Amino acid sequence: MPSRAREGEPEPIHDNPGPPMDQLIQHLVNTLILGGTYALLGIGLTLIFGIMNVVNFTHGALYTVGAYLMYLAVAALGLNFFLALPVAILGGLVFGAAIERLLLRPFRGADIDTTMLVMIGAGIALQSATLWIFGGVAKAIPSPFPEAPLQIGPVSVSWLRLFVLGAALGLIALTYALINGTKLGLAMRAAFQDADTAALMGVNVRLIDTATFALGSSLAAAAGALLGPVYVVFPQMGGLAELKAFAIVILGGLGNVTGAAIGGFILALAEELGAGYISSGYRDAMGFLIIIAVLLVKPTGLFAKAERIG
Amino acid sequence: MPSRFTVTTAILLALAATGARADTIRIGVNEPLTGPFAASGTYVVNGAKIAADEINARGGVLGKTIELIVEDNKSNPTEAAAVAEKLITSDKTPVLMGAWGSSLTLAVMPKLIDYGVPMLVETSSSGKITTSGNPFVFRISPPSALEAETFAPMVAKLGMKKADFLVLNNDFGRGAAADFGKMLKDKGVQVGLTETMDQGAQDMSAQLSKLKASDSDTIMITSAVDQLVLLFKQMAALGLKKRVITTGGSQNPDQIIAQAGSAADGTLHLTTFLPWLPEKTPDPKATERFIAEWKKRGFAFAGVTESFRGYDGIRAIAHAIEKAGSAEPAAITKAFWSVDFTGLNGPIRFAKAGPAGKESGQSKPDVYLIEIKDGRVVVPTL
Repeated sequence: MPSRAREGEPEPIHDNPGPPMDQLIQHLVNTLILGGTYALLGIGLTLIFGIMNVVNFTHGALYTVGAYLMYLAVAALGLNFFLALPVAILGGLVFGAAIERLLLRPFRGADIDTTMLVMIGAGIALQSATLWIFGGVAKAIPSPFPEAPLQIGPVSVSWLRLFVLGAALGLIALTYALINGTKLGLAMRAAFQDADTAALMGVNVRLIDTATFALGSSLAAAAGALLGPVYVVFPQMGGLAELKAFAIVILGGLGNVTGAAIGGFILALAEELGAGYISSGYRDAMGFLIIIAVLLVKPTGLFAKAERIG
Repeated sequence: MPSRFTVTTAILLALAATGARADTIRIGVNEPLTGPFAASGTYVVNGAKIAADEINARGGVLGKTIELIVEDNKSNPTEAAAVAEKLITSDKTPVLMGAWGSSLTLAVMPKLIDYGVPMLVETSSSGKITTSGNPFVFRISPPSALEAETFAPMVAKLGMKKADFLVLNNDFGRGAAADFGKMLKDKGVQVGLTETMDQGAQDMSAQLSKLKASDSDTIMITSAVDQLVLLFKQMAALGLKKRVITTGGSQNPDQIIAQAGSAADGTLHLTTFLPWLPEKTPDPKATERFIAEWKKRGFAFAGVTESFRGYDGIRAIAHAIEKAGSAEPAAITKAFWSVDFTGLNGPIRFAKAGPAGKESGQSKPDVYLIEIKDGRVVVPTL
């Protein structure tokens, strides 16, 4: 008689009905893992908005592109998993730079609505291109991690997800270091505060735009490449990711990198606890309910600093 | 005289076009080719094409070739209704097949009444489809109540005491939870949690953590194959090791084995086709012929558990047109009631279902319980 619990290995303790505390701890661990990638998604989007004043509707498509690059590198080319990851991220960087040069540079100085329409069009084109090239059937990316999860007391975490969290936190830290510790970062921050003055001080503002868009895109691609192996890869996967990225950015305050990082974890917490304790049917609605609440109380987002004038 | 020349060409072309149309019978196929159900919808369409080619190779129906007009409903009910309207009014198809998911099919159904065009439902399993009084619906897939009824004798043998449900948050999933829940209660099995998930959701850790903490021995899952792959991987990640039984007939065990690996080991699935054991199917020769053709066309074997429905669906439609003696919607609707042949998963003949006077047709296919064991599909001995 088939039973999953009876195949060989000793009965794990957690198969007994765990106390509610165990369930809560598991939910919190899930939050941490999910939040890391949400933060990555949010940071990429908020950077581009903050510095370039462009609402990037290709963010979800770039997330999908990152996942497919990872799929190509691992499943089709047979590249090592850990080598494929930087390849996918670099691919996102190149894609982002190309989009900025070809589609945004000609619209420099145009108002935000114009570039938004261009970005919506580019996002649809990218999504259709992935559908055309790879077909609608989902693809799985093999991962080198063992299937058996890491077991700490009542809590289980998959090794792959732990790696994803680590990589996401590493990338967030790198982005921070780049923005706050390098000359390029200084120029980015200067352009963010006042592009004209920065240009007068000798900053090549156009180059900064390209660099910013490429960086933001590579973060989206990184999130896709990291989550592709966790989930499955299909052309429409970016849709929900993009929606969540926007939610996170609004939550954290437009253009606020720290806010987006924290916002990612807040959204993950709301989804986990909402689905775990209120109703799983409304899981994806939880995040948006929080956003409505935040917008009502603090319309500029939770962590927005006062706008600098002059 | 260039202008006369173009006019003549135009007339000739027009004649050629209408001539071609007169020699073919169009069948509208309304399936999800993109979106969350893309994999399954594509398989169904490929199965339908095999049936059409086979029928045409034998000389077609009523001396005419069948032509499939395939449209993508994008896994979206609004699109499914729009696609049906387009197929009926613009392509003038006298009969449809579709629309894979229950919510998609239910969205199309009012259009059938509006235009008086029949539809063969090949995959959907919500009970509502055949009980809402739509006389243009003929279904060859089992509704979840029928699936539950077939599963009932196995409940005691499996030793089930208490079951939780994890289902899609739509007509398909909630319908299955209701029908299976009722059957289980009748059998003295306790029913605990009923958790739902969005059809596009990718992370179900929250729902699974909750199910992990419950005291049930079995989780009944209703969803399509792509989400099942994710669920099994996430269950393995959470160390959730309860008995899993999936329903709905869209589980595609081979894709699960390929994509979820050992995470799927030990899972049980209620399916309506046994391509792994052709000798145990109702028409072994037809099963083998279909699988051979499927492989010859270079499609993944994993797809046959979906595609056979597209294949049987088109064959049933061809039988109806043959019996109708004409390709008129009303005649085909009437003729569906006299269709009687052996499909790949049992006899296809329609019994009346739903309110009197406006019954829908429901065929009663076989339902099998299979197990994934060591990366292979086996029939468990109970």
